[in-house]
Amino acid sequence: MIAIIDSGIANLRSVQKGFERVGAEARIVEDPRLLSEAAGIVLPGVGAFADGIAKLTSHGFIEPLLRAIEQGKPVLGICLGLHFLFSESEEFGLHKGLDLLAGRVRRFADDMPEPATPGTRLPGARLKVPHMGWNRVHMVRPAPVLAGLPEEPYFYFVHSYYVEPADPSVTAGVTEYGHRFTSVIWRENLFATQFHPEKSQAAGLTLLRNFASLAR
Amino acid sequence: MLTKRIIPCLDVREGRVVKGTQFVNLRDAGDPVEVAALYDREGADELIFLDIAASHERRRIMIDVVARTAEQAFMPLTVGGGIRTLEDIRGLLQAGADKVSLNTAAVQDPDLIRRSAERYGSQCIVLAIDAKRRATSHEPRAARQVPGAGVDSSRLLALDSRLSWEVYIHGGRTPTGKDAVAWAVEGEKLGAGEILLTSMDRDGTKDGYDLELTRAIAEAMRIPVIASGGAGTLEHLYQGLVLGKADAVLAASIFHYREFTIPEAKRFLNERGVPVRL
Repeated sequence: MIAIIDSGIANLRSVQKGFERVGAEARIVEDPRLLSEAAGIVLPGVGAFADGIAKLTSHGFIEPLLRAIEQGKPVLGICLGLHFLFSESEEFGLHKGLDLLAGRVRRFADDMPEPATPGTRLPGARLKVPHMGWNRVHMVRPAPVLAGLPEEPYFYFVHSYYVEPADPSVTAGVTEYGHRFTSVIWRENLFATQFHPEKSQAAGLTLLRNFASLAR
Repeated sequence: MLTKRIIPCLDVREGRVVKGTQFVNLRDAGDPVEVAALYDREGADELIFLDIAASHERRRIMIDVVARTAEQAFMPLTVGGGIRTLEDIRGLLQAGADKVSLNTAAVQDPDLIRRSAERYGSQCIVLAIDAKRRATSHEPRAARQVPGAGVDSSRLLALDSRLSWEVYIHGGRTPTGKDAVAWAVEGEKLGAGEILLTSMDRDGTKDGYDLELTRAIAEAMRIPVIASGGAGTLEHLYQGLVLGKADAVLAASIFHYREFTIPEAKRFLNERGVPVRL
């Protein structure tokens, strides 16, 4: 069973349905004790960083989650769930994260120029924030969750903040938006994506299937 | 590079697609769930359901449609129409919608945007604006007069500062006196994560988007803008993205009546240098 952590802020139904579609059993869990029974754990998240950490804490998820990671259970952070893994975030003030990975969550600059493309020169155009829509992931390391995907697959993103890992070796995939940012994290049993696999059609389902196959 | 989004929109009334779609290979072309699954297979970038004549009592039907769609289609889904309260929003998000669009209720109570963005996050709050040219401004430029690819669009679509657009609510029946550009800017400040911009002058005409309106709003915003109203050809999609500077284009009939498929639209745009997900 894959446990999807429910701290009351995210829409988790799509994540659960995505796993069901690839033949994996996934449960949305509000009770942190259930994490010990899970073969794999998904840490999702939408909304604001500080609020999310506060809810994980008040629901008692932090300790069992850290223990599961230590035990080597596969864990998949999605979007804000990726941000949670890092030391701190600049979202609405400076806030402490789980500090499993060293680094900081930063906001996209408001003045990133839009790259010119043939036929669509838009002089002076600025990139929008949030980064919303389909963008490519360039793989820099062959993370098991990315197995079987086309080269540079497209995934669906929606976020205004991104992570800057202190240790670049935790990055498995990067995406271009104003600059290259880390869009996939992989360190041992710890995986995280800045994009939403549950919203990324076939590529996303492949990733969920890969994760489910690790969580057996 | 971030790609431009192609978004089919389904008008839904009491759980059925309004305006018959012409899908030959669907068991029930009036079932929004089946149509959504087909657009998912074709690689549409997102999907929008607009609940026509939505009311509190009928909301349950839409929630059921959304829940069944979310089981089949693993793509972003926006739902709009008649959403008035945080409770409405919660119900739709829990059923599997990723975003909701607010229109009339947001004009009547702009603070609803702030409250809903604070509660659920800006990323799921879309401000839908129905805009109509003010009588003092001239007619929208005919699409055929707008030049195509490879041209410096900034000079050719220089905005006439006398142009202005008024926000309408109640499905376009009630003028509000609000200026559309100012309202979009206010909506962004209040926490909207995206603008769904419909030209009432162009909606249903198939004459192309109101490019001046689209561009005026897109340039005033930090958040993405979806152009809507008037798409009749693939060239119109191109114009909306390049000359209108929209981040995404919405179309209904050209896809529903199978005049073009999603892959055809994307190939067309790709050949003209617009970044799309093929």
